[in-house]
Amino acid sequence: MADAQSAPTTPIHDQNGSEPIVQIRGVTKKFGDVTAVENVDLDIMQGELFCLLGGSGCGKSTLLRMLAGFEFPESGSINIDGVNMSDVPAFERPTNMMFQSYALFPHMSVEKNVAFGLEQDKIAKAEIEDRVHEILKLVELEDYKKRKPQQLSGGQRQRVALARSLVKEPKLLLLDEPLAALDKKLRKQTQFELANIQEQVGVTFIVVTHDQEEAMTLSTRMAVMDKGRFIQIGTPTEIYEFPETRFVADFIGSANIMPGKVTENGADHIRVATDLGEVYVDHGHTFAEGSQIWVALRPEKIYLTTSPHETAGPNQTEGMVDDIGYLGETSLYKVRLTNGEIIDVTAPNLIRPKTRTHGITWKDKVYLRWEPSSAMLLGS
Amino acid sequence: MYGKRSRFLTIMLSIGLAFFYIPMILLVIYSFNYSKLVPVWSGWSIRWYEKLLFDSPDVWAAVSLSLKIAFVNATFATLLGTLAALVMVRFGRFKGRTLFGGMLVAPLVMPEVITGLSLLVLFISLKEAIGWPAERGFTTITIAHITFSMAYVAVTVQARLTGVGQTLEEAAADLGAKPFKVLTAITIPQLTPALISGWLLAFTLSLDDLVIASFVTGPGANTLPILIFSRIRLGLRPDINALATIIILFVAICVAIAAILMFRQHRRDLRDQQLAAGEDA
Amino acid sequence: MSDTIGDTTAPSALQRLGRWAQSRWRTIIVVIPFAWLLLFFLAPFFIVAKISVAELAIASPPFTKMIEWTDGGILTIRIVFDNFIYILEDSLYVNTYINSLKISVTCTILCLLLGYPIAYGIVRSGPVAKPLLLFAIILPFWTSFLLRVYAWMGLLADQGTINNLLIAMGVIDEPIRMLYTVFAVYLGIVYTYMPFMILPLYANMEKLDGSLNEAAADLGSRPTNTFFKVTLPLTMPGIIAGSLLVFIPATGEYVIPDLLGGGNVQMIGRVLFNEFSRNTDWPVAAAVAIVLLFLLVLPIILFQYYQGKASEAS
Repeated sequence: MADAQSAPTTPIHDQNGSEPIVQIRGVTKKFGDVTAVENVDLDIMQGELFCLLGGSGCGKSTLLRMLAGFEFPESGSINIDGVNMSDVPAFERPTNMMFQSYALFPHMSVEKNVAFGLEQDKIAKAEIEDRVHEILKLVELEDYKKRKPQQLSGGQRQRVALARSLVKEPKLLLLDEPLAALDKKLRKQTQFELANIQEQVGVTFIVVTHDQEEAMTLSTRMAVMDKGRFIQIGTPTEIYEFPETRFVADFIGSANIMPGKVTENGADHIRVATDLGEVYVDHGHTFAEGSQIWVALRPEKIYLTTSPHETAGPNQTEGMVDDIGYLGETSLYKVRLTNGEIIDVTAPNLIRPKTRTHGITWKDKVYLRWEPSSAMLLGS
Repeated sequence: MYGKRSRFLTIMLSIGLAFFYIPMILLVIYSFNYSKLVPVWSGWSIRWYEKLLFDSPDVWAAVSLSLKIAFVNATFATLLGTLAALVMVRFGRFKGRTLFGGMLVAPLVMPEVITGLSLLVLFISLKEAIGWPAERGFTTITIAHITFSMAYVAVTVQARLTGVGQTLEEAAADLGAKPFKVLTAITIPQLTPALISGWLLAFTLSLDDLVIASFVTGPGANTLPILIFSRIRLGLRPDINALATIIILFVAICVAIAAILMFRQHRRDLRDQQLAAGEDA
Repeated sequence: MSDTIGDTTAPSALQRLGRWAQSRWRTIIVVIPFAWLLLFFLAPFFIVAKISVAELAIASPPFTKMIEWTDGGILTIRIVFDNFIYILEDSLYVNTYINSLKISVTCTILCLLLGYPIAYGIVRSGPVAKPLLLFAIILPFWTSFLLRVYAWMGLLADQGTINNLLIAMGVIDEPIRMLYTVFAVYLGIVYTYMPFMILPLYANMEKLDGSLNEAAADLGSRPTNTFFKVTLPLTMPGIIAGSLLVFIPATGEYVIPDLLGGGNVQMIGRVLFNEFSRNTDWPVAAAVAIVLLFLLVLPIILFQYYQGKASEAS
């Protein structure tokens, strides 16, 4: 469980006491006056599927390119499998990269593209053939091996790129926005395929993405980046349920965020006065009484009813439905509180309505309530 | 594509630029030589410029003829080349398109002696047949220049036409513009930068041409290259160095103006982008 | 121009008029440049071809007519191949053709060897240096071709800058003869045609996806290997376009062999020019031109093919 006061790093997941495969220490990279990556520390363990998540220009791609050896840090060190990479050029590193554009050689067939990396290692022809065949089988492209990249669909190209970067059995596979070029449906399907393949081959993956859903589905652990720094590192659940800052709470998923003032700091609970009324939280946040903090409440963690609350107390309020967004499986309600604030609430559409509309509609008076564990308290 | 430039490439670039510019720089320096023997330095002087400016009516007659030809050529070549590019890019398939495309590209590489020779025999045959052109000179040189210049204009405009795509034209058509209106209101304005560079290219090509003009010119009609050539064939001449310096200076000024205009436009684009980005934030 | 004929079954007269007007402006746009090129580009070649199979005659123009009505009203067509036989049997002409090809092929290779790293250097330069360097390469192109050749005359002459410099430095006592040699012709062609090699190469390289080089490095390929396995094959279109842009016009070059080669370097362009202006044996000159065109027709078609492919790709 995260502590809102702690530094934005979580302990390394060290399953069997082994050394981390990647050790990044105090790495900084500047382009002219712009600092792309600033004093970053990170350990990644063997077999992890680690996601670097952030908006454009947050430094995630630069960090990945430093791991691949396309950029070199100004200061700090990068160790891969215990070896310092400071003077190791890209072509001698035990890493392989899957490019966002796939970077498939347009003048070579699928087979030649995949074999290219192995040919550099002066491996015997027969073995190259075997390994190419094997990896193309894994990505289900055996029938396409004679084709040129231009003759493949987007999804097929993506799989060739994956095969090409995996065939050398790298210690570390770097994936730069691996699914960004695919359409939404294919992307969802491929997310699971990618995770399955990673499990099968057991290679450590580092994935750069701007898509939070992709990061959550894929990763065993992820880092949220902003302005060249890590904001928070943790498992998808930790990041989603226990954000440490407003930035993370807002960036991952959506949240109603409002300021509040701590009125009581008990041993097993905390009370905060907000525009929503009193918020009662029953888990281990610690904030001094009287301090100004932020309360974040996820739209799906709010119960929405048309019948009034039975008892008075904290963690409840009321308002009027201002707007409804019907999304099929859920609906998004914009509820205007009596003080004018708008709160987002999502509710699953659990039953198929008898009429053509769901129960709650515009201008309805509604009552909001949430569990004592649901509100997230943020120090900054 | 940017990337790291290796030392080898930097050295090659430096050698290349030195190779390009040292001869020109020396040409300029020796134009200020007092001596009549160009490469034998005997002190600074501007006497060759004086001779050129005040005592060379034939040079100025040639300059005037060349500029006239270049201007008319550039204007017609831009017009014809643009039409040709439109036909190639926007008109789809038609009978004779391959022939048309071939005739449009061939002048880019056709050796000048062949073009010049063939145009000369054409003009002679035409005169035999219909009595026109009665005299070879301004008209015949201009026609010859238009023929090869329009190919360069067409290539320039074609690249731009393909680059801007057809979406805007389709949008205009969707909003009810008739094809001719689309052409004048959307396509042509989009092409303006290419039209300007095409015109300038045609102008320069015409000023530069010696071989074709030599073939199709008649008695008394000397363009500037013909005049320069007839003089330097016999060896180095200090007044030609002075003339070369003036031409280089003139080109440099034109290029500098173009560069400043382009830089301003670039800065304006950047500012617009920043402004637009600010709107989103 | 098959798509320009209006539909005659249109119902109303007004509609028909409108449709006809619309089809007409399209026709005009096609016809004007098409007619110009047919008249001033294609037709002249046929006339040259016609003259090349005529005989020299004392007349104006100085050759026999191909089709003639003789006295009895009989149509005679006269085609003689004597001119071609004369050219191909004369070792002077044959050697000049071979010499021209040799010089233009060598210059094309030299331009490629020098121009490729220059173009690659520009492509690999930073965002500020790149446009400046490109500008510096194009700039000489805008100044006079003739004057660029003339500049070398000053450098290479017996009393020229290079000889003066070498003598002053004590490297040589007697001037080395450089002007009016084949060396000067090579130098002049390479110098003036270099931009035609660099620009298509640059355009081709600029379009390359930089991540392809990174991908190769990532897969363990050293820079040299990456160059030969990835960059070189992918820049082939640029190499071919640039080479043809140098090779074809250089083969027929007239000014450079005349000014820098003097009378000592025989190239076919110069022979053709002189044949035409000094002698008045037009049929032979026309035949010389036709043979030259015949030699270059394959490269020209190749160039058109690549040019067409390039404009379709972009």
